[in-house]
Amino acid sequence: MARAFNKSRRLVSAGRDRLRLWVQIVFTAATNGYFKGFSEGRIYTGTSKSLCLPGLNCYSCPGALGSCPIGSLQAVLASRNFSISFYLTGFFLLVGTLLGRIVCGWLCPFGLIQDLIYRIPFLRKIKKVPGDRVLRFVKYGILLVFVILLPMFVVDIVGQGEPWFCKWICPSGTLMAGWPLVFRNEGIQQAVGLLFLWKNAILFLFIFLSVIIYRPFCKYICPLGAIYGLFNRVSFIRLRIDRSRCVHCHACTRACKMNVQVEENPDSMECIRCGSCVSACGQKALAIRADRRDSQLR
Amino acid sequence: MRRRMGRVIPSLLAAAGAVFMIVGIYRGEMAVVLRKAINICLECIGIG
Repeated sequence: MARAFNKSRRLVSAGRDRLRLWVQIVFTAATNGYFKGFSEGRIYTGTSKSLCLPGLNCYSCPGALGSCPIGSLQAVLASRNFSISFYLTGFFLLVGTLLGRIVCGWLCPFGLIQDLIYRIPFLRKIKKVPGDRVLRFVKYGILLVFVILLPMFVVDIVGQGEPWFCKWICPSGTLMAGWPLVFRNEGIQQAVGLLFLWKNAILFLFIFLSVIIYRPFCKYICPLGAIYGLFNRVSFIRLRIDRSRCVHCHACTRACKMNVQVEENPDSMECIRCGSCVSACGQKALAIRADRRDSQLR
Repeated sequence: MRRRMGRVIPSLLAAAGAVFMIVGIYRGEMAVVLRKAINICLECIGIG
């Protein structure tokens, strides 16, 4: 009986994982659907690029049909005409409130890449790295310093700043835009220098870390995840716990690869709403949804 | 009361987000985003 129950739970979990993987793949393909750009080594130049995509999706990716919100925020803040961005602040408020970090779990292309890399078998996966609690705050520092302050205040003679996060850190841009463009565009090939090597070193570091740690970039570095995480407590789509069903077995917490204490803090800023905990719950006490039907909600 | 606030706060934030976006578009920020996005961002790809 117990074995049959565990088997059915594994099937539900596998089904949810497969659904999430397909949503990630379809969304990434649809929002990076300018396939001609990959073959010709150039980027899409249509007006849809004035709109931001929810995930960390480099606008210099040859297939990108929209813009990266973090790149766009830096572009506006670094511009000599603006010192604050209403457009991007509004975007983060709207998407954060509607979806929260479900964007990270289901819609972000770089999250998909890390998920796929983590599937590579390795002798021992590391569930929790030493200093995990402190390292989680690094992404807020990166958001403040590299995304907001440096682009705003380090400016050239005409008052124009630079996208510091994109230039010095973002491995998503290197992978999604740098590699395809360097591979297909001769002009760009000739301009490759030390910065490209530096950015590739960061990319390879995160590729390697992603084999042994689940989503290291999302956990410790991503400024977009840091922003959306702030909305997890108030977003429409949330993780709901039916307290009358919960038997405090902590199966949800053990299943969480983002190391969230699910029962104690279902609205944790670290939760990417992947649904692993929902699948792991034998009592069906957890659900990711937008309504508030349960009377036993926290 | 708490449940009602739970519904009101997200609605207010989403509405504020929509208003902010409209203000941003009116100020011309969307054009800055478009201008950046339709040219290859050399910093993003690690060229300079």
